[in-house]
Amino acid sequence: MAPGVDLLVQFFPSFAKIVLAATGLAIIFGIMGVINLAHGEFIMVGAYATTLAYNGALGALPLVPVDPIGVLPGAVQLPAAMLTGVLVTALFGLVVERTVISGAVPNWIAERTIGRPVVKPMYDRLLDSMVATWGISLIMVQLVRNLYGNSLNGIGIPFGQFSYGNGLSISTYKLVLAGVAALVLLLLYVVFVRTDYGMRARATIQNEGMAKSLGVDTERTYMATFALGSGLAGLTGALYAPLQTIVPGMGGGFLVEAFVAVVVGGASVVVGTLLAGGLLGFVYALFANVWGTFAGRIMLLVVAILVIRFVPQGLSSLVERIRDRWAEVS
Amino acid sequence: MLEVDGVRAGYDSTPILRNVDLSVEEGEIVGVMGKNGVGKSTLVKTIVGLVEPDEGTVRFDGRDVTDTPPHERARSGMGYIPQGREIFPDLTVEQNLRMGESINDGSSALLYEDVFDYFPILDERRGQKGGTMSGGQQQMLAIARALVANPDLLLLDEPSEGIQPSIVQQISEDMRAINEDLGTTILFVEQNLSVIRDMADRCYAMERGTIVDELGATDLEDEETIASYLAV
Repeated sequence: MAPGVDLLVQFFPSFAKIVLAATGLAIIFGIMGVINLAHGEFIMVGAYATTLAYNGALGALPLVPVDPIGVLPGAVQLPAAMLTGVLVTALFGLVVERTVISGAVPNWIAERTIGRPVVKPMYDRLLDSMVATWGISLIMVQLVRNLYGNSLNGIGIPFGQFSYGNGLSISTYKLVLAGVAALVLLLLYVVFVRTDYGMRARATIQNEGMAKSLGVDTERTYMATFALGSGLAGLTGALYAPLQTIVPGMGGGFLVEAFVAVVVGGASVVVGTLLAGGLLGFVYALFANVWGTFAGRIMLLVVAILVIRFVPQGLSSLVERIRDRWAEVS
Repeated sequence: MLEVDGVRAGYDSTPILRNVDLSVEEGEIVGVMGKNGVGKSTLVKTIVGLVEPDEGTVRFDGRDVTDTPPHERARSGMGYIPQGREIFPDLTVEQNLRMGESINDGSSALLYEDVFDYFPILDERRGQKGGTMSGGQQQMLAIARALVANPDLLLLDEPSEGIQPSIVQQISEDMRAINEDLGTTILFVEQNLSVIRDMADRCYAMERGTIVDELGATDLEDEETIASYLAV
């Protein structure tokens, strides 16, 4: 068995994890100028909501007569639980956006009691948003620990094993995740290039004042963006719920990959995350395969340092440069 | 159609406009002239809603819009063509126009295809990124982007700035044509003498953050009168 095949097979799960960990963070950072340090905890919310829903917690809610997931046919129970995880996280993100990031709720209350707004939105305030979201992450971890204890009963990994010779095999599910990651990038591309929301979001990034004076309700765009980014974090948590131990601190395991990918990828969400996922996935697979996962993660950071040194605008800026040169030639 | 009454505005604690009064009737083309730094851009931004006045009111179509956010003012019929055009650089010509069109409620006289009659160059450049066009083409795109929203009132901030003289004259003529064909009311601020003379039905003169004079059609035929407000 050639080592190349093993490396290729190992590449897919690394690519999937990096891309899925990074997209939500990249969207919120790229469009809103908010660094969400609670991104890992949003992923944790997705994993918890998925696992709890799968284990029948929806049936324990008041006013729900029967567990809606328990009555579904077995094959769709897990997807339904995952969808629940995505929606719960998106909704949670919406609440965080309205209360902390935009300050709309505290300001609404303040305007009706003391007659003036008390907080400014966190949009485009990188350091302030980091502090605020870091605080949120600490609260979330402790709150989840208080509510659900130190861990949850996990979900079994679906699809079994995929064997590729010489007694080597990999969980088929991990390969499926690579397909899902590619699909997520494709869908995001369609959203940002083809939909009205995507055009408004891009216009808002490029010139917020002008977008407003063309009738774009930029606050709503931001709200939708944060919900979308949170939903993607929730999807990551949902997809990794079967693979991970469900503990309150599990989000930390995604944060390094997510931040390294955003730094390496640069400003363009889809192209940047795709390139970063490709490069970092390859580097991680290579080093983790030979020297173990610790070496793999160290090398991710080494790549990030090299990219910051030599391509500070990220890999997507290289693509832009090449495209601009083409436009000049043609 | 537009009444600005006793407006005082500025950035943070620096006052720029003080006690500004002006009004624009439906169908008029009204200019506001003044040198650099007298507050012309701040005045336009206050009318559009990008700057909040500390005092005074802005009324549009009989409604007090002083506290209305800019996107709602745009939807109620204000079109803004800012200084420096502010084209979305990474969107194509077509996407820039669609941004403007997205608030058009469909009842309009002028839709996206029709603006190409005024600015055929934009039709040829549909797929080109806005940021890669020349200043004059960007100005046409900015005007077209405002027009496709079918505004009742167009606000132009120094349409001649950074554009070669032959195109400046063409833009003045285009604006007059748009005013005649579509009945669009126009308020523009400018320090280019020929644009003021060619475009305005009447014109306010601004100095140090306030309106100091108003010139009618006959005054505007006399270039020396105009020049006296623009001379450094």
